[in-house]
Amino acid sequence: MNISFSPLGDQAIVIEFGNEINEQTEQQVRKVSALLESRPLEWMIEFIPAFTTVSIFYNPILAPYDLVKTQLAHLLTQLGEVPSVHSRTIEIPVCYGDEFGPDLEFVAQYNQLTPREVIDIHTAGTYSVHMIGFAPGFPFIGGMSEKIAAPRRESPRLRIPERTVGIAGMQTGVYPIETPGGWQLIGRTPLRLFRPENDIPSLLWAGDKVIFREISQQDYHAWEEDPDAENP
Amino acid sequence: MLKILKSGLQTTVQDLGRTGFQKYGVIASGVMDPFAHRLANLLVGNKEQAATIEITLVGPVIKFTEDAIIALCGGDLSPRIDDKAVGMWRMLVVGKGSTLTFGEPRMGARCYLSIAGGVDIPEVMGSRSTYLRAGIGGFQGRALEKGDEVPAGQINKQQKKIMQKSTENEFDWLLPPARYFEEPVIRMMPGRQFDLFDDNSRQRIFNEPFTVSPNSDRMGYRLEGTGLFLKTPKELISEAVSFGSVQVPADGNPIVLLADRQTTGGYPKIGQVASVDLPLISQLKQGQQLRFKEISLEDAQQRLIEQEQAIRQMKAAIQLKWEEWI
Repeated sequence: MNISFSPLGDQAIVIEFGNEINEQTEQQVRKVSALLESRPLEWMIEFIPAFTTVSIFYNPILAPYDLVKTQLAHLLTQLGEVPSVHSRTIEIPVCYGDEFGPDLEFVAQYNQLTPREVIDIHTAGTYSVHMIGFAPGFPFIGGMSEKIAAPRRESPRLRIPERTVGIAGMQTGVYPIETPGGWQLIGRTPLRLFRPENDIPSLLWAGDKVIFREISQQDYHAWEEDPDAENP
Repeated sequence: MLKILKSGLQTTVQDLGRTGFQKYGVIASGVMDPFAHRLANLLVGNKEQAATIEITLVGPVIKFTEDAIIALCGGDLSPRIDDKAVGMWRMLVVGKGSTLTFGEPRMGARCYLSIAGGVDIPEVMGSRSTYLRAGIGGFQGRALEKGDEVPAGQINKQQKKIMQKSTENEFDWLLPPARYFEEPVIRMMPGRQFDLFDDNSRQRIFNEPFTVSPNSDRMGYRLEGTGLFLKTPKELISEAVSFGSVQVPADGNPIVLLADRQTTGGYPKIGQVASVDLPLISQLKQGQQLRFKEISLEDAQQRLIEQEQAIRQMKAAIQLKWEEWI
């Protein structure tokens, strides 16, 4: 196991598990997150899991860097006892194409496919949420098929409506709130990904598995009236 | 109640930020200058984390609908009460119907207005800070506007006594004001990707001046300099960033990430500003210059501990004064 520690300024420390995104790294990130969640250390303020790292924010008045590092290293010796963390699987219903996915045609043409084939490939995959970042509740999702990869738009859109599903390079994702952005837009989900009124404000968490399911416009509109329902 | 008669450039409710939700992509927000915010609260007998009003460059016009104890700390934006200049870094008692206005920015860019009882608006995810982009927290998720009525919280016994006692609006005692330099030297630790930068860039970051670009805001300050570049271009795997991370996009101009930074980023970080020097950056205006000076992690943490001790001493001094006044 290749674990290293390094400072992120004077109030945070980064635990890095190698520099490759793979199953083993992912599992380690999730185990450490689970450990920190269940056994918070007194100087810990919060932590941010990412692809290959977990960054821990701490209060240096309570513990300087060296002490934090030593205690974390000790905590990591207990990693072996942590059972594999089982993923939740969240299904995201998507209405593809037309007004919701103005770039579906482009993604199809770019890959010499039909829009139908793009949808079939997109809904066939099982995806992993590596990190929540960029915007509240925004999932960085890995595992998309190369067959439907597409470059970012040359000029980003100034407004992308919330809940739009997009593709950028090898990544796919959903915009939780309205933002500017350069992704190719292929559809929209009636599910709200950002729920500030909830104790846990993000529908998706790092470590979740995600599947996309195609729904009709009719289903979409019916669902939108009850956007917080998690299952049809 | 604070009645907003004019909004000012960007006037928002802030506290020490939203913690615990960054793993869900919810940014920390909070004050840009935590030192000034904390002292403003202590001066009026509040807890340090009470919400204050962050005022940026062009101040608002605020009418007090009740008697109030307030303090103004941070950047000197020439505050006046009922058209009479008032001092900063001290407790002020203002009468019902008084109006607070601001003038020229004399030093710094951000002033914190505290009020006894704190700005009393609902907490969202444990904080009253305004998260402008998501439209949550603060006053209805947005900057203050003309016509808003911002409530102050309940005051405690001590605060009540001071209010009854005082006939003057300025107490003749103040804290040593923080100094915000025209061309500050900002202490910075090498960042996580410091070694990926070429020799030239690693030298220039600590030797050349950088100018604050107009394209700077609460999210981050964009700096213009001679350009900082990696030895070889490299795609990085995104990871957490923090208040004071100095990241460098491909155009070579560094960005210092501040209160409204995103939670994660994929640009290489050449440095990390020492926490004690963050107020010096937050108080800069566009067009101003700064220089970076290297500091070790140990030193940066030591300075932070010293600052904390200094704040504790000021807190004790304020309490003594309050006892004297009461």
